[in-house]
Amino acid sequence: MERIPILRMGNFLLVTIQVDMHDQLAMTLQDDLTNAIANYGSRGVLIDISSLEIVDSFIGRMLANISGMARILDAQTVLVGMQPAVAITLVELGMSMPGVKTALNVEAGMDLLRELVSAHRMETGDDDSEV
Amino acid sequence: MSKIAEILQKNESELLADWMKEQLTAVRRRDLMNDGELQAQSTDLLRSIASAARNGNVTDVSGSDWAGVRERLTDISASRAKQGFSPDETALFVFSLKQPLFTRLRNELAKDPNAMFAEMWNATVMVDRLGLMTFGAFLKAKEQLIAQQAEEMLELSTPVVKLWQGIVAIPLIGTLDSNRTQIVMESLLSTIVATNSKVAIIDITGVPAVDTLVAQHLLKTITAAKLMGAECILSGIRPQIAQTIVHLGINLNEVITKASLADALATALQKTGKTVVRIDKQNGKAGENKDGAEVKQTPERKGA
Repeated sequence: MERIPILRMGNFLLVTIQVDMHDQLAMTLQDDLTNAIANYGSRGVLIDISSLEIVDSFIGRMLANISGMARILDAQTVLVGMQPAVAITLVELGMSMPGVKTALNVEAGMDLLRELVSAHRMETGDDDSEV
Repeated sequence: MSKIAEILQKNESELLADWMKEQLTAVRRRDLMNDGELQAQSTDLLRSIASAARNGNVTDVSGSDWAGVRERLTDISASRAKQGFSPDETALFVFSLKQPLFTRLRNELAKDPNAMFAEMWNATVMVDRLGLMTFGAFLKAKEQLIAQQAEEMLELSTPVVKLWQGIVAIPLIGTLDSNRTQIVMESLLSTIVATNSKVAIIDITGVPAVDTLVAQHLLKTITAAKLMGAECILSGIRPQIAQTIVHLGINLNEVITKASLADALATALQKTGKTVVRIDKQNGKAGENKDGAEVKQTPERKGA
């Protein structure tokens, strides 16, 4: 079955969506990603959607959901590289994705993720490992 | 061959002279068109009417025999619309043909009132229809002009400017409607990607009024930029507009708003980890700006 690969980089998980998302693929990603966060104890998830050109309300909601699920599993999510057309479409669909962190590109996203995770760790006083 | 066609053919030069006289007394726009040009246009049109009337039905101006006349009239009205003639001046150009034509008909058919009435009626119908056609073509040309200008305005009014490394601004001028917002949104978002900007300033100093619809359009743009990972600052909000926004109950709490573009730029520099400092004149550092200030990159926080 077709799958979107989830790469592990230390405490972070890296997901690059490079194919057109269909509903089944999105559901599989949701499953795989939550499992991976739980298994590896990841603290951050970076989702790169710079190659994603078509979205619908389902995919939009799924992206927001993943962020929410990751937060419950104690991981921060950053969505990076959204195309202008995709952003316009999501806004027109009424999905402003409150609570989802975004960044322009992978580099800026990684910086933001590190910042978020270290801030979060300071708040909770949890410092079991270095980033 | 109808009487009208006969008259048109036989008395062409007299008709033309009378018509010209009629036009000169009714309306004359020497500033827009000289006599020679008017004479040429009138002669040309009268000849084509004469030949159309000879071959076809005088009252059926939509028929194929009248195609040449229609084409000429359309050209004339379109050119007059562009030259700046008023609608009634353009219509009178054709309607002023009535009197010379009627005078000739009366002279020719003085002995037969019935025939005269019938021919008069035909002539009225013909000239009226030609007049309406002129008017239609005139309006169409004007509409084209308006559409073209609206399109040009859309292109003119949405420049996205880069203020600093990582900071872009879009100064909005004029009323925002859905069409313009769409273009503004697209050009802003694509510039954010192209320049890799973290902060975008939307300056609404030139927007005359903000109502709920305009605010909604602005919020949409801001949300879309946020989804892409850029932050928007709304600037140039005049006191009047601030009052309107609060009275209308528009919620701008999620948006950073500043009174002036300068304030917005200062905030944007801060957000990208830069600050403006006054330099010491005695030390006379190189790279001094006119106001004695320079922009420094502040040491970024860890992971900022």
